[in-house]
Order: sequence, then structure tokens, then C-alpha cells
Amino acid sequence: MALPPYASTGQKFWHYSFRMLCAVIFFFLVAPIFAIIPLSFSGGEYFTYTEEMLTFSDGAYSLKHYEDALTNPEWTTAVWNSFRIAIPATMIAVTLGTLAAMGLSQSHVPGRRAIMAILISPMIVPLIISALGMFFFYSQLGNFLEDTVGLSQGLVEYIKVVLAHSVLGVPFVIITVTATLVGFDRSLTRAAASMGAGPVRTFFKVQMPLILPGVISGALFAFITSFDEVVVITIIGSQKVQTLPWQMFVGLREQISLTILAVATMMVILSILLLATLELLRRRNERIRGLTPG
Amino acid sequence: MTTELEDGPILTADDKPLSVALRKALFRQKMRALMLIAPLLLFVLITFVWPIIGMLFRSVDNSVVPETLPKTVAAMESWSPTGPTDTPPEAVYAAFAADMQVAADERTHTVVGGRLNYETPGIASKFRQLGREVKGWDLENDGPFKEKLIAEDEAWGELFIWETIKTYSGGYTTGYYASSVDRRLTSEGVVARDADEAIYLRLFWRTILMSLIITCMCALLGYPIAWMLSNTLDRYANLLLILVLLPFWTSLLVRTSAWKVLLQEQGVINSTLESIGIIDSPLPLMYNQFGTIVAMTHILLPFMILPMYSVMKTIPPSYLRAAKSLGANDITAFRRVYFPQSVPGIGAGAILTFILSIGYYITPEIVGGSTGIFISNRIAYNISSTLNWGLAAALGGMLLIMVMVLYWIYDRVVGIDNVKLG
Repeated sequence: MALPPYASTGQKFWHYSFRMLCAVIFFFLVAPIFAIIPLSFSGGEYFTYTEEMLTFSDGAYSLKHYEDALTNPEWTTAVWNSFRIAIPATMIAVTLGTLAAMGLSQSHVPGRRAIMAILISPMIVPLIISALGMFFFYSQLGNFLEDTVGLSQGLVEYIKVVLAHSVLGVPFVIITVTATLVGFDRSLTRAAASMGAGPVRTFFKVQMPLILPGVISGALFAFITSFDEVVVITIIGSQKVQTLPWQMFVGLREQISLTILAVATMMVILSILLLATLELLRRRNERIRGLTPG
Repeated sequence: MTTELEDGPILTADDKPLSVALRKALFRQKMRALMLIAPLLLFVLITFVWPIIGMLFRSVDNSVVPETLPKTVAAMESWSPTGPTDTPPEAVYAAFAADMQVAADERTHTVVGGRLNYETPGIASKFRQLGREVKGWDLENDGPFKEKLIAEDEAWGELFIWETIKTYSGGYTTGYYASSVDRRLTSEGVVARDADEAIYLRLFWRTILMSLIITCMCALLGYPIAWMLSNTLDRYANLLLILVLLPFWTSLLVRTSAWKVLLQEQGVINSTLESIGIIDSPLPLMYNQFGTIVAMTHILLPFMILPMYSVMKTIPPSYLRAAKSLGANDITAFRRVYFPQSVPGIGAGAILTFILSIGYYITPEIVGGSTGIFISNRIAYNISSTLNWGLAAALGGMLLIMVMVLYWIYDRVVGIDNVKLG
């Protein structure tokens, strides 16, 4: 987008004002996220920047909200719940999703369009509707598991939310893995087969390494979907499975403490790490396919 | 190796007709593909599609009335009120007393009372009271029940309870859907609700209108960014793309809390404006429609930029140069050459943003106050506060229809295969 040397004054003006405009929009995108970081180190108790903070007085900043976030059992239990729900939910979504994506990417699949539409629908249907449907479904399933199968109440709660979260992660796995499979050279599997590898061996030695970037980014999406989900879990779950976003949601509605912002800051760092991982995966993917990295 | 005969079908090496062998191979291939898909498809059908069908069933289900009051429903079949004082005959009252006695034993009289109370407020307490009394009655000898009931509570001598029972005596009802568009079923047909209870149509319109505004804001802000990303050197574009992806990957709750920090009365924006002296008193930036629109534009903007960017990346920059070399000025070249080619990107982004926006719940709940909330918030309210699940399901059904139509359009226009993430 370099400006040619013969550009007129008007063009120069437009060029620079357009850049300004873009800068403002980028600022709008990113600034709100970083606005919370200084406040999370506040020495006070309120959601606002104080005079003392702006003049850097003594005691205006402290780590007490971080201390609270890391030691208060309410928050640590929430973190533990988030992980113990998101990890199995991701594994279910990735395993079933990768298999299905491989099936979908074959050349002759009857009803492919309809199947795709169904598998993507958890991403499209508003969460509150999914939550309402699942609320009735899982309360029946929960009663069945407790009364007929005889599982404990806590375990049933856990199974319910894990299953609900895995179905919400499915579309992301399907989308990312089918996207990687589009560029997959089918003659590689035939070559492997001609050299005597069985389908399982071919999958793990030939296909898997090539589609791995898609699988991992699908897994990250599924993980973050579960890790960030609050609508479905508040409706089908109970206090026993209260997760981090749920705790934040409750806190935001009642505005209880700045601990929320300390947690939020840690989550921003987590998302930066995730983003870096994805960027590395993308570069690896391009390198493997012989495309020049950007 | 294939062998070709003079006038027979082409055969494979093991002497089967080639067409048959091909068909078999193709069938095997299809089966293999389906076997790979089947586990996930079943999982989604059972734990997602089926629950939603169940929800739709709930939105018309009214079985609690005919199941709890079977005799009353049967006795009422021949009765229909002819005037405002035409209460049902003794037979209906007797049947009702019998039903209520059974129901009170099983403690289901409050359930049916609660159900009818959604339609005519005040009924629940009458059912609760009657349930306590009716247990001691002797159904054989205590008649006539008409007088007895009216002696309990004069309301039983008025028409409205009986009309409500009559209207909702079927196993299925359109009543919840009628409520979801501010109508009410009566014995005379569907009538509009009073203005003070008519909230849902307005809420639907508000949800649609605000989603449109949010979508337009996203398109306006997203277009320059997508243009910039696709017309800069790849090296810089990748760095700038990170600025788009960072909010995309940041937790929704984090972004919503950020907006709360910025927009509230003593928030960053208000205190900054006050300290430089632009305003004297804080502006109401939050707990209204403005707050919802700003926060949701920020949250959904990446969903607009990414599809636009993936389309604009494919438009060769030489087209614009060609247009200019043929004499078009900058504006004409953009309007007639570049813009038309970028329309699919705008379409894809706009439909996606609109679909996501129309069902949003978290952000309006936190920054929307009472005027900036969406239909989803009202559904949640009906699920957890009023416990009117039938109405929640009907509102959900209406919203689902809107989203499905948009999803269908999205599939036609963009194709679900072409959804891209990141």
C-alpha cells in the first residue's frame, strides 16, 4: 500500500487519513483489553482508576487481587472445574470430529451437505436455545443416570456438562480439520498402502502428521469454547461445576471485587499464548506444504 | 487388466463386469466414509438435535391439563359459554371436584394451577386453596358442588377460570406461541394482550434492529481493516492480523468486563472526558442500548473482518491499477472494480455477525441494563425466574426459526464448507 511518488496532494491526504482511521479502529479493537490490566494491580477495591493510581502514590498499586485470585478457594475451585471440564470435552470433540472430518473429505459422501449442516449447527444455534433444549434433555438423562444406573450426583453433573461442552466444540474441529484435509494429497495414502501399510498405520504415520496443525487448532478452539462457555453451563449445571467464566459472570453482575480483573488479566496472557501457538502452527503448516511463510 | 469382448460388457481381470465392480467399490467407499462420520453424527443428533426437537415439543405441549383434569375436560366438551354469566352446569363442577381430589392427593393440583396461571394470573392461588379443602369432601353425598365451590370462593362462580380451562383443555396448545407474540388465546379466538403485558414483539424488533445496527457498525469498521490487511505486505499483514485475532481469542467475559470498566459511570471514558472538561456530569454509557451496541460491535468485529479479509486477499491488486490506467479515478476504480468483488466477503461476514448477534446473551445481560437487553435475556429470565418453560421454549422456537432462515441463506450464499476460522 505504498504511496506512489507521483501521488497528488489529495491522494496523500487520503492515504494518511486512511491510515489514521485504521489505527483508530485497531485501537478500538485492542485497547479495551489492555485497559483492564493496570486496574487489576489497583490497591483499592473499585472498578475505577483513582487519583492515586494516576499519580503513582504509595499503596495505589498492589498484588492483592492476584493473591486473592490464586488463593481464594472460590476462584481456585473454579479454575480446577474449568480445566477438568474443558479437557475431556476437547478430547471427545477432537476424536469424533477428526474421524468425521476424514469421512466428510472423501469424494463420495451421500448427503454431505446435510450432514455438514447438522454438524456445524451447534455453532450457529444461539447458546440460550441450545441451553434450553439441553436443560430438559440432561435433566431427564441425569435422573436416569442417578436413579437407574446409580451414579453419584456429583459425577452425573460432571458428565452432563462435559457432554454438553463437547458437542459445542464439535463444529470448530470439523471446520479446521476439513480445511486442512482440502489440501491433502490423496496419492500419499495410496503410496503408503502400496508399500504395505495398513489403514491404521497409514493414518498415524502419513495422514496424522500432515493434518496435525488442523487437529491442534481445532482442539484449541474446542478447548476455548468450553473454557469460555457460560450460558449452557449456568442453565444445566449446578454450583458443583461452577467454572471460571461462570464465577466471572456472577461477579460482573454483582460487581463484587477486582479479583475478576486479575483473573481477566491472566486470561489475556493465556490467550496471547494460544495465539502464539496457532501462529507457529500456521507457519509449520505452510512450510510442510512448501508455501513460503509470510 | 480389462478384457473387452465383441458385444458383451467390459470385464475386470477376475471376469466380473466392470460396471458392477465399480459400483461395488464406490459403495464400499461410501460406507467407509459414513462409518467414519457415524459416531459424531449420532452424538450430535442425540445430544444436540434431539434436545432442540424436544424443546420445540415443549413449546406446544399442554398435556398437564387433560392429564390432571380428565373428567372435567370430558364434561366440558358439550359446554360453551353463551354469555358472560353462563357458568358451566353442575356436571362440570362435580367432575372438577373429583379431579381435584385425585390431584390434591398426588399434589399435582398446584402444577396445573401454575400452568393455567401463566394464561390467567390469579388462578394458581385458587387451585392451591381448593386443593386443601377438597381432600375432606365426600364426592358421593356432598353435592351439589357448584354451590359448594362458590361458597369456598366466589371466583369459582365466575366465568374466567372455566373459560381458561376450556381453552387449554387440549393436549397441545398454540398458547405459548400466542404469548410469545403478545397475543392470548380465549374462547373467542386470539386477542391482543394489554399494552402493559405486551413486551415480546417489541423485544423481538429491538433485538433485530440492534443486531442490524451492530452488523452495520462491524461492516463499516471492518472494511477498512480488511482492506488494509489485504493490501499490505504479508509481513506486516500478519502482524496486524494478530491485533484482530487477539480480541477474537480473548475470553468473552474478559472483553465484557473491559467494557464495564470503560463505560460505567465512573469508568475510564467518563472520567477522562470529565478531567479534560468536555463534560460536567458522567454520560450514561452503560445499562442502555448504547452500551450493548458498542460492546457487541467490539466483540463481533473479528467475525466480520476475518471473512472479509479472506475474500479481499484473493482480489488481485492489478485490477485496480488496470482500472486506473484505463482512466478511472480512485473513487470510480474502487466503486466499480474493487467493491463489487469484495461484496461476497461483506455478505459472509454480515450474515455471520448478524446470526451471532441476534442470539447474544452474556454481553447484553451485563452492559444492557433494562433497555439494552435482547430476546435471549428474556428467555433466560423465563427459564430461571418465572419458570414458564413453555413460554421460554416458544420464544426459543421463534428465535430458532429466524436463525435457521439466516443459516440457510448463509449456506446458499457462502456455503458452510467455506467457513474459515482464524
